[in-house]
Amino acid sequence: MNLPPAKANLDVFAETLGALAAQNRDLLVLTSDSRGSGKLGPFGQQFPDQLIEMGIAEQNLVGVAAGLAAAGKKVFAVSPACFLTARALEQIKNDVAYSDRPVKLIGISAGVSYGALGNTHHSLHDLAALQAIPNIDIVVPADNVETRAAILAALEHPRPLYIRFGKRPMPTLHAPETRFEIGKAIRLTPERDRYAVAFIACGETVVHAVAASELLRQDGLDCCVLSLHSLRPFDKAAVIEAAHRAEAVMTVEEHSVNGGLGSRVAALLMQTGIFCPLHIVGIPDEHTVTGSQSEIFQHYGISPEGLAQTARQLL
Amino acid sequence: MTELKTFTTLTDDTGFLQARSILYRRMILSMIYHAQAGHTGGSLSCVDILNVLYNHVMDITPGNFARIDRDRYIHSKGHSVEALYAVLADRGFFPPAALETLEKFGSDFSGHPTRSVPGVEQNTGALGHGLSVAVGMALAAKMDGRRHRVFTLMGDGELAEGSVWEASMSAAHYRLDNLVVIVDRNTLQISGRTENVMALEPLTEKFAAFGYAVRHVDGHDIAALVSLFDALPFEPGKPNLVLARTVKGKGVSFIEDNAAWHHHVPTANEYAAALQELADAEEAWKRRYERDEPAAC
Repeated sequence: MNLPPAKANLDVFAETLGALAAQNRDLLVLTSDSRGSGKLGPFGQQFPDQLIEMGIAEQNLVGVAAGLAAAGKKVFAVSPACFLTARALEQIKNDVAYSDRPVKLIGISAGVSYGALGNTHHSLHDLAALQAIPNIDIVVPADNVETRAAILAALEHPRPLYIRFGKRPMPTLHAPETRFEIGKAIRLTPERDRYAVAFIACGETVVHAVAASELLRQDGLDCCVLSLHSLRPFDKAAVIEAAHRAEAVMTVEEHSVNGGLGSRVAALLMQTGIFCPLHIVGIPDEHTVTGSQSEIFQHYGISPEGLAQTARQLL
Repeated sequence: MTELKTFTTLTDDTGFLQARSILYRRMILSMIYHAQAGHTGGSLSCVDILNVLYNHVMDITPGNFARIDRDRYIHSKGHSVEALYAVLADRGFFPPAALETLEKFGSDFSGHPTRSVPGVEQNTGALGHGLSVAVGMALAAKMDGRRHRVFTLMGDGELAEGSVWEASMSAAHYRLDNLVVIVDRNTLQISGRTENVMALEPLTEKFAAFGYAVRHVDGHDIAALVSLFDALPFEPGKPNLVLARTVKGKGVSFIEDNAAWHHHVPTANEYAAALQELADAEEAWKRRYERDEPAAC
């Protein structure tokens, strides 16, 4: 597989917001001195009344977003995922989720997108932290198509929502007309009765799982790849169905191996009585190495070759 | 629990409001005594402010609670929830008997306010959150050209939370003169004097430097509170900040100004003694106003 990179999911996010803003005057974007990082400069110029600057103050950003949402505004609170979901976690928990304010929290440059900037700028905790907080949906889009669809769905989403993505150009995995629904996984490989490995992945690792499955196919191993873009609602049925047909399951995520997608899948399979070989691929429990996102991925085996090799060992 | 005749109109009658404060104090103590839990000192310290806000200042009723242009109130010092519950019950948001479930298993009336309780605008309890949410609500009102106002009450110990000052910056930056921030300045927090736990003063200068129009008031003087809130907004283009001098535990002599009563629950004897003091206060009120009984109590 050699898909050409399309745009960064971040760019698609900013363009989609711009397209929505003209028809939705109640759509507001809140930034924490992050309009540049969020590619929202053009949005701010085109819709100056719909971009509200909160300064470098993530706690206040989230609290104010909750207040605006309470007044009927459709609020996208945009800040680097590392700060948004750690510095303002209590505001997310209480002001948004517990108070049931349908704020759209947008974690930009998520995971190790800021890999070279050091661990302060990594968000490898966010999926674990937010999964432990009730009443906030969690979406990690894989490509431009999923990102655009997620932002469109977010506008009228009735519950608190967290969407996180990175800033590197992403190959397009889906046809533009692909059906996207928050809470419904998308299978990226042909349906078969049996799979060697079911890859269950989210976000910017999905493309590597797809490439790994193609490498394995050259070895005569048919695999399944699920883009499990929604951590909540969690598509249990899709995971169980894929795992039932597979000899082994691998999860792949740009997140700590603790408490993210892999932990969720492992718990589900164990509690469903599916006891197959399982491997959780993610960022291990250590200070993350410095490097670009792709270098860090490579280092931790989140690459076509790395995933294929792990799969062969698992079988 | 005291039977209430609810009312929904605002009043200028300070004598009536003073009687209401006595009633609310009785309700607070009854709630806490029967639940064997609650925040006694802080509820008694802020209840006169809530009384004046709900009965004289704010346009918030069960009838208009779904209206976009109602006033808003955020109880940022969420632990003083019994004061809020007393006033909301009196305003007819729910039957006073519901308060008998305070902090009981499965009750909506938990020890900090949530939107499960009619009349509660926002879930609070973690300190330093209410002001940001109020800023968002006030900002939305400004953007939409609406004239309603947003009120929030903070404790003084709460001011050590950094988020309070983040929110203050944004309130001034967006010139939210429709935002009214009240500080219940009783000088006590759970561990002792605020100035010993983490010095707050000079608060007037700090709030003024952050861009507020700052006013001072005796937070138990009903007439003073009435005339102060009548002067809103204090200065066009500036958020309003009221430093209300209060006494923690106000209204019951042996509870007043004692940090130990932050969430101490009265014993049976203490409860009886407290009710007696409030009965005496009510008698004194009747003599002062030469009325037969407190209005609508």
